[in-house]
Amino acid sequence: MLPRHLRRWWPLVFSPLVLSGCGSEYVVFHPAGPVAATELHLIELSAAIMAGIILLVWALLAYILVRFRDTPNNPAPYLPNWRGTLWLEAIVFGVPVLVLLVMAIPTIKKTYALDHIPSTHPLIIDVTSLDYKWLFEYPRQHIATVNYFYMPTGKPVLFQLTAHSPFGAFWIPNLGGMEYTMPNRVLPLWLEASRPGVYMGRNANYSGVDFWRMTFYAHAVRPAAFQAWVQQVKKSKPPMTEREYRTLATHFDLVGQQSYSAYPSDTFPERFREFTIEGLHYVPTRHP
Amino acid sequence: MHSWLIHLIKLLFPPQVLLPDIIGIDIGLTLSALAIVVYLTKTHRWGWLWKEWLTTVDHKRIGIMYIIAALIMLFRGGVDALMLRSQLIVPNAHFMGAQQYDEVFTTHGTVMIFFMAMPFFFGLFNVAVPLMIGARDVAFPRLNAISFWLFAFGAALFNISFSIGGSPSAGWFSYPPYSELQFNPGVGENYYLLALQVSGIGSIATGINFLVTILKLRAPGMTLMKMPLFVWSALVTSTLILFAFPPLTVALGLTMLDRLFGASFFTLGREGMPMMYANLFWIFGHPEVYILIMPAFGIFSEVVPTFSRKPLFGYEAMVISLLAITFLSYGVWVHHFFEMGAGPGVNVFFGLSTMLIAIPTGVKMFNWIFTMWGGRIRLTVPMLWQLGFIPTFVVGGASGVMLAAVAADYQYHNSYFVIAHFHNVIVGGTVFGLLSGLYYWWPKMFGWKLNERQGRWAFAFFFTGFWLTFMPQYFLGFEGMTRRMASYPAGLGWGGLNAMSTIGAFIMGIGFVILVYNIAWSRLHPEWDTTGDPWDGRTLEWSLPSPAPAYNFARIPEVHERDAWWSLKQAGKTDAVKLSPDQVEPIHIPKNTPMPILLAASFFVGSLGMVFSWHWMAILGGLGVVASLAWGSIQDDTDRELDPASVLNTEKRLGRVHP
Repeated sequence: MLPRHLRRWWPLVFSPLVLSGCGSEYVVFHPAGPVAATELHLIELSAAIMAGIILLVWALLAYILVRFRDTPNNPAPYLPNWRGTLWLEAIVFGVPVLVLLVMAIPTIKKTYALDHIPSTHPLIIDVTSLDYKWLFEYPRQHIATVNYFYMPTGKPVLFQLTAHSPFGAFWIPNLGGMEYTMPNRVLPLWLEASRPGVYMGRNANYSGVDFWRMTFYAHAVRPAAFQAWVQQVKKSKPPMTEREYRTLATHFDLVGQQSYSAYPSDTFPERFREFTIEGLHYVPTRHP
Repeated sequence: MHSWLIHLIKLLFPPQVLLPDIIGIDIGLTLSALAIVVYLTKTHRWGWLWKEWLTTVDHKRIGIMYIIAALIMLFRGGVDALMLRSQLIVPNAHFMGAQQYDEVFTTHGTVMIFFMAMPFFFGLFNVAVPLMIGARDVAFPRLNAISFWLFAFGAALFNISFSIGGSPSAGWFSYPPYSELQFNPGVGENYYLLALQVSGIGSIATGINFLVTILKLRAPGMTLMKMPLFVWSALVTSTLILFAFPPLTVALGLTMLDRLFGASFFTLGREGMPMMYANLFWIFGHPEVYILIMPAFGIFSEVVPTFSRKPLFGYEAMVISLLAITFLSYGVWVHHFFEMGAGPGVNVFFGLSTMLIAIPTGVKMFNWIFTMWGGRIRLTVPMLWQLGFIPTFVVGGASGVMLAAVAADYQYHNSYFVIAHFHNVIVGGTVFGLLSGLYYWWPKMFGWKLNERQGRWAFAFFFTGFWLTFMPQYFLGFEGMTRRMASYPAGLGWGGLNAMSTIGAFIMGIGFVILVYNIAWSRLHPEWDTTGDPWDGRTLEWSLPSPAPAYNFARIPEVHERDAWWSLKQAGKTDAVKLSPDQVEPIHIPKNTPMPILLAASFFVGSLGMVFSWHWMAILGGLGVVASLAWGSIQDDTDRELDPASVLNTEKRLGRVHP
């Protein structure tokens, strides 16, 4: 009963899912930069290996169910005292071990690889998650934005993440995986866009009733356009006052996109304890 | 009106509990409670209820009470789930406000894990473990009742937050600083903290109880390696509980100090360290998911051999796997937050340790399959749940390994991929296992079987609904949908998969309704189990009549083989379990006592006082706890002796005496 049941239903459940997997709404499957591409490779590799295991188990189960049913005159052998066979048990143990070795090695390699920024001079953006908006500060360009930011293509960007709110998570699926934003801590994440585009990001961690509306947009533009944008913000936008910062940080509300030509210096935490740009793993100078 | 009265009313009934749907449910619950009271009064059953159930220390009855409570909580958690899914069926739906949605996903998770799954398998442990090892009760029967009542009052405390004071809304793992007063000023979070603490004491006591029961009360001849696998799973689950719950207690206790007494362990300001909570919680939280799955592994290891008429394949490997999973489960917790900046070395360590767990789990999977190989498979309802489990759980396990690939997890984390994964293992593993065990041991609990045909329908709906609900969620994860979103805009392409998922959830709901109908119908049209061995079972509980007498075994059996009852049947020696009139001895069984329910009720009163910061009430409850414990300690006559004549009579009536 079951295998036939399975055969009948699985294609129905899966074919639309698999076919639609190519659509652009599958953001994880459409990497726009090297980080997301590396992660997608690992996802594809592990999914392929795991699909093999799943199919093996399904096939074995289906076969056994057909062959060893308790029906009168079933010709299949009945082994009422079979408690195990050493070689078979060794295989049962060996298969998962092998499969995991195949998965473990790329996992180690890619995890370490993603931890090194392939540039000595990444663009730095300080990110603060607030209730319920994102503040982006450019410490070298001295400009700030809310709920959107610009980044040049072809250049790694180091996001230094913190929160002045409950835990958030900074996620732009097209560009790469997420990292938490946490109060009293600064965490690093690097991403890079290889092609221009506007990529949606969101807060991926529950931090309050409106957290799910905390979307923002990453505009990846050519380096020249990025410089032009910086100059334009510097020239045409007002600076952020202390008071404006406090309003952003303490009012639990949603706001639109904003730009500032300057921002107060003490709005981002000092990094002496947690990590610095010259810190342990993210050292551009040590890993040129 | 007095101003304090207005203040009190505002405290007990804040706007979040004055929603029309909540008030409607309040009225419905009040009316049902009144109906039950009237029914009990009219049929003069209060004394019966008190004497036979509320003060009982009999493990079989405690088991039944656990299971009834768990089924009620399954209903509550299931309704929560349907509310969540209804909200997400189309983009921009606002069937609930975001605040209510947050409360519902918090209570869904908490209820399902702490007040449904755990008590459900505690119930099955109580029903089956003593009978399987040839014991007359658990090691500490009164402590067993205390565990049950602490759970029951903890669950009650958690659930009344729905009507009075407002539900918690910080998620089932309740990360600070969001769970702190600054962001979560209502009493809901206090309910969460206190209810989990109260029921947590009960869980730890259950762990100790079954650990001692299994290690000390086995029938002569039943060495550890002759124990049924379900008993092994109870043993390792108890061990896990014993070591996993203390970190949770610490995490909840410190949060409570923050909220109620102005400490700042995890607060946003004053140098709080919320990250520490994440560590403490998941040091508990990951072993907890193995606490949830091990009993299911044990149940399947009983069900598969029984309905394949074959001994378990690779018993030793199964035991070693259980022990390996137990050990490894304490070394994987960081995989819940690879994105919190631990660095690649730490992340890779915990990713690989997580993958290691797939090895013993894979071994178990293949061993169940090879147990069926060369067998004669009977498609009874317990076996159907098992056959649904294998293809389902392998998907959940596979997605678990995918999540352990650290760099890939950066994309899965907090997305619907994770939601799909853990429902895949917790529903496809734990819930399928519990329902399999429910159908399997039901005749042993009540003496009548559940109707097979209805049971098959319940399975078919639940299983189909399950796949339709959770498979699309993996893909929603790839579409960038994150967990706990109270709604989502159109234009992201999430509508279709969400609609599918919601339809699936309602199909599962129909499956649950059929299950309840199945129980009620089978109660009214009982198919009596007169043999005590309705499934042609293999282990000792099937050598007893259904239901077993209060003392379980008139004479403690001697065990020589692994599947003790099966080997007796094979050798044609089933008469060995019968008595000769001269063999009857007096039997000591524990006396009923109201102390456990009074103790737990005192905890309830004290905790309610803490929830609302009414210190007089907290102190009153605390004094009640001390008084109950003191009274319990000075009770001398805690057991009574059944005289041989009455034992012989009972056994004669059951046809278990040699002529």
